[in-house]
Amino acid sequence: MPIDKETIEQHGLTTEEYKRILDRIGREPNRLELGLFSVMWSEHCSYKSSRVHLKKFPTTGERVVQGPGENAGAVDIGDGLAAVFKMESHNHPSFIEPYQGAATGVGGILRDIFTMGARPIALLNSLRFGPLESPKNRYLMEGVVAGIAGYGNCMGIPTVGGEIYFNEIYNQNPLVNVFCLGIARKDQIFRASAQGVGNTVIYLGSKTGRDGIHGATMASEAFDESIEARRPTVQVGDPFTEKLLLEACLEIMKQELIVGIQDMGAAGLTSSSVEMASRGGTGIELELSRIPRREEGMTPYEIMLSESQERMLLVAKPGREREILEVCARWDLDAAEIGRVTDTRHVVLKDRGHVVADLPIAVLTDDAPVYERPMETPGYLDAIQGINLDLIPVPKDLGAALMTLLGSPTIASKRWVFQQYDYMVRTNTLVRPGLEAAVVRIKGTRKALALSVDGNGMYGLLNPYRGGVIAVCESARNVVCAGAKPVGLTDCLNFGNPERPDVMWQFALSVEGIADACRELEIPVVSGNVSFYNETNGLGIYPSPIVGVVGLIEDAERVVRPGFRDEGDRVVLLGETREELGGSEYLRLVHTREGGFPPLLELAAEKALQKSCLHAIETGIIKSAHDCSEGGLAVALAEMSILSERRLGAAIVLPELPIRKDAYLFGESQSRIVATVNESRLAELEARCAEDSVPLAVIGRVGGDRLTLRIGSEDRPVIDAPVEAMRRRWGEAIESYFLPGDPKDENHVR
Amino acid sequence: MRFGILVFPGSNCDHDCYHVIKHLLGRPADFIWHKETDLRGVDAVVIPGGFSYGDYLRTGAIAQYSPIMKSVRDFARAGGPVLGICNGFQILLEAGLLPGAMLRNRSLKFICKDVHVRVETDGTPFTAGIAPGSVLKLPIAHAEGNYYADPESLGGLRENGRIVFRYCSADGRIDDASNPNGSLDAIAGVCNPAGNVVGMMPHPERCSEGLDGNTDGRRIFESLLGRFAHASKQSDADR
Repeated sequence: MPIDKETIEQHGLTTEEYKRILDRIGREPNRLELGLFSVMWSEHCSYKSSRVHLKKFPTTGERVVQGPGENAGAVDIGDGLAAVFKMESHNHPSFIEPYQGAATGVGGILRDIFTMGARPIALLNSLRFGPLESPKNRYLMEGVVAGIAGYGNCMGIPTVGGEIYFNEIYNQNPLVNVFCLGIARKDQIFRASAQGVGNTVIYLGSKTGRDGIHGATMASEAFDESIEARRPTVQVGDPFTEKLLLEACLEIMKQELIVGIQDMGAAGLTSSSVEMASRGGTGIELELSRIPRREEGMTPYEIMLSESQERMLLVAKPGREREILEVCARWDLDAAEIGRVTDTRHVVLKDRGHVVADLPIAVLTDDAPVYERPMETPGYLDAIQGINLDLIPVPKDLGAALMTLLGSPTIASKRWVFQQYDYMVRTNTLVRPGLEAAVVRIKGTRKALALSVDGNGMYGLLNPYRGGVIAVCESARNVVCAGAKPVGLTDCLNFGNPERPDVMWQFALSVEGIADACRELEIPVVSGNVSFYNETNGLGIYPSPIVGVVGLIEDAERVVRPGFRDEGDRVVLLGETREELGGSEYLRLVHTREGGFPPLLELAAEKALQKSCLHAIETGIIKSAHDCSEGGLAVALAEMSILSERRLGAAIVLPELPIRKDAYLFGESQSRIVATVNESRLAELEARCAEDSVPLAVIGRVGGDRLTLRIGSEDRPVIDAPVEAMRRRWGEAIESYFLPGDPKDENHVR
Repeated sequence: MRFGILVFPGSNCDHDCYHVIKHLLGRPADFIWHKETDLRGVDAVVIPGGFSYGDYLRTGAIAQYSPIMKSVRDFARAGGPVLGICNGFQILLEAGLLPGAMLRNRSLKFICKDVHVRVETDGTPFTAGIAPGSVLKLPIAHAEGNYYADPESLGGLRENGRIVFRYCSADGRIDDASNPNGSLDAIAGVCNPAGNVVGMMPHPERCSEGLDGNTDGRRIFESLLGRFAHASKQSDADR
């Protein structure tokens, strides 16, 4: 059957790309071969639109054990150990089928980690939904959270943290980004490489079914009303099998039975086999009839393009095949010898001995198109950046504005979500999910790791470069506030359609922002993922780069948590407050305006702040710390009260500043940290900050059961709120959307 | 005192139990794979939490057929101490070693949080060292912990002092607000008639080390050690 234009289109390839195929292989591909190109050249697998930009990231550093290009990145954390981590998106499938989409996202990232020989010890996630007033959004959130819980809990890997933003822009394109971190012996990291001509290729895990065919292609397209019909492209997760797979793989690795291993994620058997051979500089030959299948009559095309979950591809060391199969049998897993490594640099697929596909590996991988897509400054920019603050009144009741902010789902407690996650299993969780970074200890050492994921799409919209810079700085600041030194970074870059010049412009600038911030703060980017085509019916998401930072704590005893600790402690504000309301949650929520310039960020000032703060935590000066982010200084102070175990308030007096009161309280000026310190050590902190030129203001004292806040010499507090009232408002905001029988719930989808 | 920790496919709190027994209490512990048939002479059996067989069919329903469970039954019949935690409790229910069954939590959601339980009896080796009425703060993490028993079984449990733990408020009151999952009678743990087999939904192994300042879980393991030391002394004296 000749390949017509329609078939090419169905495979997500352009006419030019098809011509490129003809040119490279010198003949017409058969349908199976076209299928292989379709997935290998998809945006999802080839990074064809992003590759030229991603080169800007700094990826090296003293601690880097493995940079981008493998299943996950790895950094040296001492004691002979490496932290292996990565973040990945599962946005498209989660919109089509929230439970399974999110669940298999978790499954995929877990495999990426244990494929490297690391035992996963922590999961985090970053989610974006439309407002919870909409039943559809509640349905999506409920499904996504249940899916993450269902998979992670069953695997016994704790979900220790994460963050969620709500904004209309994610109505049709929710984001589900999952981060996983594992620990491996530094000298026993496994790579996804097929080496040793003649070595046996072994298939391990679930049988191959007809699910998820063309998932990678689906994830590389924008959506319209027809998405319901795409449901079959979403895979179904089986965490129990994955748990067995995890234990079996780690056992096989420990016994040193294999030379390489790769999970079958997007594009399944195709990408795993082709990529392994590509990395090994070898060829690979597979006999498809030997592949364990779930159903009769599957064609080679279906077998190669299936994205059935919980499958791995191994290359055995010579003569160790039997031992591998024995381990698999012990864990009741299917395993089969399905091929061998060759020296042909071709992928050769056979069906009962007949060659059904034969393609040069390099054409599928290195020859994939690379696009320098056109870029253009968006026309909307001037209109949304230009906001006249004079026309926006300062509210009379700033206390009420604070309560509004505390009740905003973006700021409020995510307890409803994380209570569904087992965040304690493995008994390493030192700082539970809630705010700032999560902290897990490393058993057998004195160390702990602080983990944070962050990213603000609104800043990205208003200034993509600054959005990228802030995402890195804030995530790093979060781990610093726990007492950790940032040592590595992973990212998940969620954007709209890259074929649109304004989206490409947003992407390029965001990447530059991330790269510059990483360079200045000396944090290497060791892994990451790009998710384009987050667009439905022509409407794309805000530029939403999400950044995951891993911080190292040398002495786990020194961890600090946000929240006021002891009566009488002094409250200090590190950093400078400016009149900055652009892109703030306050402007959006209280004045229903999205616009202005996002807050300024001076990298040198940020670096100094983090340095001072970290030093003061490590030397035991700072007792608790919390950075100012969404909702600004007032929300940060309120959260310090809310998170106080003893429910302590504080009396705050802010020094006079020539700026609007609402900007003072709720503006989101960057590079600021609220901290508490015992009076006796205040001088040390002041000296430290002076040395690093970090502005420090002593702004109050911990105590009582109210948060009162005055500006300058004014008698009347601008805010005077009982801690308990703030706690309730903040604590119950999200839960209130999910109460059964709530009047808001008329159209509630159950 | 030597501990045996059962490992089913899908167990995932096995290492946490091992960590507490071996590294905190300094007692020897063996992992025992579910396909084994011999408990190797251990003095106590812990059935850890997790998702044995992925919770497929019903929680604990498949694990009860594993070969090792016959030895566990014999061990229990002979009076050996057996502690089932979370999924381990569910397995003991399915195995018929304890009465009742688990329903989905009334919220229909997985719940992970600290709760308070009141110790109702010191008539088990796992609570022998804790005064009845004591309140412990322990974490739960389950989707199916809503305990149910038919009226007759429930009556039997009540009359014979076989309710071991009940969910309560921080000051020990039994009220609906403190019942996290809808369990009948706020039951968080029960024992067999002899008291040597205990099942509990909360996870004592997660709060034995004081990571967040809480070591209440350790008291359950220490009760057992105390009881065992006492029993050994007795038998030495008898000799």
